[in-house]
Amino acid sequence: MSAEELGFDPSIKKKKKSKDVAPVSADSETTTVASTEDDDLFSGLKKKKKKSKDKKDTSEEPSADVTDDLSESFEGMKLKKKKKKKVVAADIDEFEKQLQDAGIDESIVNETSKKSDLIPYSQLLDRFYGILKEKNPELAGGQQQKLKIPPPEVLRDGNKKTIFANVQQISQVLQRNPSHLIQYLFAELGTSGSIDGEQRLIIKGRFQSKNIEGVLRRYIQEYVICRTCKSMNTELKREAANRLHFIVCKACGSTKSVTSIRTGFTANVGAMKKKRV
Amino acid sequence: MSNIENLKSFDPFADTGDDETELTNYIHIRIQQRNGRKTLTTVQGLPDEYDLKKILKVIKKDFACNGNIVKDEELGEVIQLQGDQRLKVMEFMVEALGVKKKNIKIHGF
Ligand SMILES: [Zn+2]
Repeated sequence: MSAEELGFDPSIKKKKKSKDVAPVSADSETTTVASTEDDDLFSGLKKKKKKSKDKKDTSEEPSADVTDDLSESFEGMKLKKKKKKKVVAADIDEFEKQLQDAGIDESIVNETSKKSDLIPYSQLLDRFYGILKEKNPELAGGQQQKLKIPPPEVLRDGNKKTIFANVQQISQVLQRNPSHLIQYLFAELGTSGSIDGEQRLIIKGRFQSKNIEGVLRRYIQEYVICRTCKSMNTELKREAANRLHFIVCKACGSTKSVTSIRTGFTANVGAMKKKRV
Repeated sequence: MSNIENLKSFDPFADTGDDETELTNYIHIRIQQRNGRKTLTTVQGLPDEYDLKKILKVIKKDFACNGNIVKDEELGEVIQLQGDQRLKVMEFMVEALGVKKKNIKIHGF
């Protein structure tokens, strides 16, 4: 996950480039001070300098002069520092040389310094989603927008009736007229019922919560969800001219006609019983 | 094997069949609760070309259930079966009568 791979922070890239060029430019400025004896020492010290003078290097103007001998590529100022260090850091230099021989070369050191400049990917991603959620919540997953439909509260009323307690609440969440939903429930369940004083629906017959949930799911599929964008933020409108019902989507604006609820054939249970006897 | 399937041209504007206009052709299979835990399955909307009496005879034997045919003024002849036979009826109609599955609508819980 390096800067190049992400192609993200151009400043980091630039820094790296100028780092490579900087020593060359320094070479043109310093011709007299550099001595050949220092060669070995410099090669060891280079790392240190690069680390400590990263910023300085970037400020230097790159020149077209290309010299391969990096050991001679230092300013007088840098040299002075080095000379001071020379005595003290002689042991360290040797150690570093050994490191180099062992295969730990500059590129690795450079990489570590680069890594410290990089903003971690996860942090950037978090930042991106933070901004997206703030400015465009619909694009960021859209999970907060999703309608939460409360599970149907189904109670037994005696032996032959079922109470669907939160019809009103559910039809409100679905933005539908409760009577429309109730009509559908009765048609699908092949039964009838009434609404009690607490606005609960009393259904004739014995039904379990999962039964009602299944019917509710089909109602949502057929009469709530927008066919175009799958949004549940829709309205059911009745066109007076052709007496058709339409789903009007509030999210994408599409309209689609829906079939009216038809009870279909319902056997008269009582009459059948009589016939049999 | 003279005609190769691949070469059949595809008409993107052909009627896909899932239009509202075909709604009248749906076969509705419904369930109703009777007294207690007993249920009733009704099959409505079978095309006229089928002999309902023969179908009922086969179904009654295959599903081991009783049933009868009810004439409804608006909806035509309806097959009534005892118990929840919805899935069996659908399978039977697809396999034995060659009815397309998309033309069958199962209602109920
Ligand atoms: Zn929509």
